[in-house]
Amino acid sequence: MTTSDSARPNMDRDSIIAHIPRLRRYARLLTGDAHRADDLVQDTLERAMVKWALWQPGHDAAMRTLQLRAWLFTVMHNLFVNQLRGKAQSAAREAVSMDDVDVEGPGRDPGLRLDMERALRQLPHDQLEVLLLVGLEDFSYAEAAILIDVPIGTVMSRLSRARKRLAELMEGAPVRTARPQLKVMK
Amino acid sequence: MTMMTEDDLHALADGRLGPERRAEVEAWLVHQPEARAKADAWRAQNDALRALAREALDEPVPQRLLSALNPRRQRWVTAAAAALVASVTMGAAGWFGHAWYAASGNSTTVVFAAKRFARDAMSAHVVYAPEVRHPVEVAAAEQQHLVQWLSKRLGTQLKAPVLQAQGFDLVGGRLLPGESGARAQFMYQNTAGERVTLYVSAMPKNSTAVPTAFRFESNGPVSAFYWIDRDLSYALSGDLTRARLLKLSELVYSQIGT
Repeated sequence: MTTSDSARPNMDRDSIIAHIPRLRRYARLLTGDAHRADDLVQDTLERAMVKWALWQPGHDAAMRTLQLRAWLFTVMHNLFVNQLRGKAQSAAREAVSMDDVDVEGPGRDPGLRLDMERALRQLPHDQLEVLLLVGLEDFSYAEAAILIDVPIGTVMSRLSRARKRLAELMEGAPVRTARPQLKVMK
Repeated sequence: MTMMTEDDLHALADGRLGPERRAEVEAWLVHQPEARAKADAWRAQNDALRALAREALDEPVPQRLLSALNPRRQRWVTAAAAALVASVTMGAAGWFGHAWYAASGNSTTVVFAAKRFARDAMSAHVVYAPEVRHPVEVAAAEQQHLVQWLSKRLGTQLKAPVLQAQGFDLVGGRLLPGESGARAQFMYQNTAGERVTLYVSAMPKNSTAVPTAFRFESNGPVSAFYWIDRDLSYALSGDLTRARLLKLSELVYSQIGT
């Protein structure tokens, strides 16, 4: 490890801006809702600015050991998990969901795309997160483990369950719903 | 050859094996079609994931996300809002020349509606201009929809003036309640993050409104120019110098008065 106590991530405005598109993409698939995703990204950026301003040596392990990109994802993960906790008792997710994601985008097969989005929505959040970090964002298993603060074995088991579940869902296999039913909002 | 585990299959699918281990796993898979299919399917899942929200990578970053990286806005806005309410409650007398009349037509209930209108405009500015996440209800990207929507709600055709000549771009707009109906607020922002809002109200149908010159009103850091033009009254508010605000007001006037 080459980081020293003074190794604050090299964090200037431009280098953060360069990461925003990927944060947005990740957040869209994580939340299933383009607006909520941008809210999450915005919270992440604001939190990142504050944390960076308050940073002290030895303060934040993830911040010392991860590159800026990974660290931003860590901040987002923590916010997302906190939001889920806050929402746990407050009914189901809103019905907007993936409808807001641009279906006309450059995905090759709109049918497949919709199936995939629907399937992702049915994955438990902890599995979905690992799947996206590894499969979409190309983080190593070790990075993912630091990022979401679990042992690497947990990363592997979540990844395994996510992949099997996703395959089942894409085949249209009947599965029990892991999440609350979507509530129709008037 | 060491034991194969499922983790090896994941690592193969994710391209995380070193060349040696990779060769071992590939060799083993030759006789394990089921495991081979699994690894291939997982790799295909990754590809499908990457194809999903790809458009997010090409979209311009929304202003509100860029703004999130700015130093936090000062807290004075709250104090300014309080001061505004206080000063207005004390009463703003002295503006008799161009009082405009409420729809009732009862001269004893003359309201200094223009002044109150300016006050409302500044209040709305103070409330929404510092808003980071939801400065507007409908963003400038949907400008046509925005203008149609607000026009419909105000019962008259509106225009969103273009203030680029003064460096301000439309952020979007929102609908607000007013005394005699809906009011519209258009928000503009320049690259320095300064915001101005144009507040528009339709005159009551039977009011005796006459066109007025620009009137200036100031409260704490926020100032406004306001005027009546045909059946609409306008107020442009911002935390800008009087001279800059006037320039912008003239720009607005020149575009929507004609």
